[in-house]
Amino acid sequence: MKINVKLFATFRIGRGKIVYLDYYEGMTVKNIIDELGIKKEEIAIIIVGPHDGTPEKMLTFKVEPNMTVHLFPPVAGG
Amino acid sequence: MIERYQRNMNMLSKEEIIKINNAKICVIGCGGLGGFIIEGLTRLGFEKLTIVDKDVFDETNLNRQLFSSHSNLGELKATTGAKRIKEINNRCTPTPINDELNESNIIDIIKGHDIVIDAVDNVKTKLLLQEYCEILNIPLVHGAIGGWYGQVAVILPGDKLLSRIYRTLESGIEKTLGNPSFTPAIIANFMVSEALKLYLNKGDVLRNKLLMLDLLSNELDLIEFTK
Repeated sequence: MKINVKLFATFRIGRGKIVYLDYYEGMTVKNIIDELGIKKEEIAIIIVGPHDGTPEKMLTFKVEPNMTVHLFPPVAGG
Repeated sequence: MIERYQRNMNMLSKEEIIKINNAKICVIGCGGLGGFIIEGLTRLGFEKLTIVDKDVFDETNLNRQLFSSHSNLGELKATTGAKRIKEINNRCTPTPINDELNESNIIDIIKGHDIVIDAVDNVKTKLLLQEYCEILNIPLVHGAIGGWYGQVAVILPGDKLLSRIYRTLESGIEKTLGNPSFTPAIIANFMVSEALKLYLNKGDVLRNKLLMLDLLSNELDLIEFTK
């Protein structure tokens, strides 16, 4: 069983567009970003299925097999 | 119908063109995004723009900011923007404000406008715009760019989308990637299109949605947020 992690913008550098991680019981979004080497401070938005939010809200979210996690860095230039 | 708007027809009706001629739009930021937004809104027929920026043009702006040139380095961006508007269409009555938007002046600057456009380059001001647009019941068109990437959204009063996509961050990936000439042009024109649809109540606008553009991968993602 896998977890699909779709990465956006600069998160793709050195990781690719989609990363497939092995699922394990109790796996959280925090476990996923740790495995990918992404710091929570670098993330603006995390979306998992119908759930979305900032890292503060989403890091403890427990994923389920075959879910897709979307990770976005902040874009704020003008 | 004056000849300059002939090519807007039949995409827009005569009544719609007259309506946008009288709309009051406030563009916050006259830099990368703001320059293209002001140009696009003016050519489309928005004749009453308030344009806000405290900065002057410097050499680092020349790679992307539409109104910057060697001859106007050191000149105020909002004042230069207003001159450009009048050059395009002398029927226009631009209001340039050469000031930094902050909590003490934001109400005076944005009140009375039909739409506010977020073309600023920092999270703090973006969140301030969302807060005061809600208080004054004004729709906000949001855009942001960084390197190959950009995003667009429409925020109606109460939506608070920006609070969901930004935290207390002051900046984003643009600080390391910079901004080229093409990303602001593309995102700015998405924003012009959203402002037009929003004002005329036409088509679909990006409410509770974030359009994410990745020009490096040629991907356009539409992220839908739960209400």
